[in-house]
Amino acid sequence: MAEIKKLNNIAPALILIVLVIGSWELISNFSDIPTYILPAPSAIVRALANNFGLLLYHSGYTFAAVLPGLSLAIIISPLLALLMDRFTFFKKALYPLLVISQAVPIFAVAPLILIWFGVGLLPKVLIVALVCFFPLTINLVDGFSQVDPEAIELMQTMRANRLLITRSVHLPSTLPYFFSGLKIAATYSVLGAIIGEWLAARAGLGIYMLRAMHSFRTVDLFAAIIVVVVLSLALFKLVELAGNLAMPWQRTDYEHPER
Amino acid sequence: MDCLVLKNIYSTYYSGNRLLPVLDGISLQVGDGEFVSVLGPSGSGKSTILKLAAGLLKPDQGQVLVDGEETAGHSQLVSYMPQQDLLFPWKTLQDNAVLPLLAAGLDRHTARARIGKLLPTFGLEGFADYYPHQLSGGMRQRAALLRTMMVDSNLMLLDEPFAALDALTRENLQDWLLKIWSRYRRSVLFVTHSIDEAIYLSDRIYVITERPGRISLEQKITLPKPKVRSMVTAPEFSLYKKILLEALHQETSWEDGGKIEGETF
Ligand SMILES: Nc1ncnc2c1ncn2[C@@H]1O[C@H](COP(=O)(O)OP(=O)(O)O)[C@@H](O)[C@H]1O
Ligand SMILES: [Mg+2]
Repeated sequence: MAEIKKLNNIAPALILIVLVIGSWELISNFSDIPTYILPAPSAIVRALANNFGLLLYHSGYTFAAVLPGLSLAIIISPLLALLMDRFTFFKKALYPLLVISQAVPIFAVAPLILIWFGVGLLPKVLIVALVCFFPLTINLVDGFSQVDPEAIELMQTMRANRLLITRSVHLPSTLPYFFSGLKIAATYSVLGAIIGEWLAARAGLGIYMLRAMHSFRTVDLFAAIIVVVVLSLALFKLVELAGNLAMPWQRTDYEHPER
Repeated sequence: MDCLVLKNIYSTYYSGNRLLPVLDGISLQVGDGEFVSVLGPSGSGKSTILKLAAGLLKPDQGQVLVDGEETAGHSQLVSYMPQQDLLFPWKTLQDNAVLPLLAAGLDRHTARARIGKLLPTFGLEGFADYYPHQLSGGMRQRAALLRTMMVDSNLMLLDEPFAALDALTRENLQDWLLKIWSRYRRSVLFVTHSIDEAIYLSDRIYVITERPGRISLEQKITLPKPKVRSMVTAPEFSLYKKILLEALHQETSWEDGGKIEGETF
């Protein structure tokens, strides 16, 4: 039953995708649009298969920036959010700055970072960390401020120490906020790395895309887009999975017992 | 010695920038092993009384004594069950219930074992690993009571624990609470807005008026123990009900008298 329902939910999207790709294939094959403008889906798939090793190699480079950058944000954001939660002064001082900093486009900041930190891996890691940092921190600050004061009071009537209160109230009630921030961060992270690579890099999906663009190999550009989408989605799903593991109480697939 | 004493308590809240008087000279005691109820309409400051007793709030004037010692607004080790059950949704039933034991320094393993032994008494056997949202309303209240009982304190503060339940479940839990109470013999300060519940459960009842809360009546209940359900149709029961209703309506009748549940059995 559940499977049928699930299928019903995704069926319309599937039908639309098949229709779009089908007509795209037809248009590319039977019209005189040149392939460097609109390559056929079948050609894209072939390009994907032929260059799979190369794409994998470049993905590796991109992820060498994505993972440390994301990790850096995961380490720094909670510390800063905690500080902002503990000391109102920090919150009042930093929160507006955080929001303003977000209005500065990453495209504008990235060249600066490259000038300051060279063209190696480090600036890309920093760019990724920067784009991930904001959604994580803001979500965590919001999460901390949503902690139920009555829950803390209850713990106080048990004479619970600070560590136990943090572990059993603050941490779990902030986790959902953390993971929803992390989901956004994860999708931004790949984008951040690619922007860094566009500016200066030896390898990476961004470089692959640049080269494809310069030689009008539009098929390869499409292939790279597919890889980027798949990788971003995979990262997103990974975060979702981690969230489910870390927050078993939030899982919706829990069976409801007889009462 | 009285387990809890409130002496001439005045309490206010700031709402916006206005000072809102909530309790206006409240004095009450809970004796050792006694079951005392505070009965009043919503907004009369009943929850505030419990927070004061738990040391979570400081009175503007007056004294709060727990076991003869003044709390001075410092949180006390008390069995406190807030108005919302406040079972943590991220913890299973058993991990909610062990919290007071962990706070008292027990290790998780020992604490769980102790809870496990108590689950049948609380009608929760087999549900140790369920999350609160998987439990029925009645089970949640029993789980919250189990957690509350795990605090090693003689004083229990219960804030309308059965208010959100349907009538039948509520009656069952009342009987069950009396059984538990006669077994563990704690001193209870019980808050309710239901007249029948107060009469059925209590040794003594304080009626509190609408804001600012004052005590308009202190009524001893001398129904025979152990209590049985059929008692609620007895003439003594109706007499108490009449007295309490009058005390409640002294203050409220000219506004709206509909805030108090005087449900008939
Ligand atoms: N934290 C608070 N800030 C301001 N007003 C409050 C606060 N808590 C309660 N009050 C007000 O104090 C009055 C008494 O509240 P409460 O003790 O919860 O009453 P009861 O439990 O009898 O319904 C209510 O009018 C309520 O609006
Ligand atoms: Mg209340």
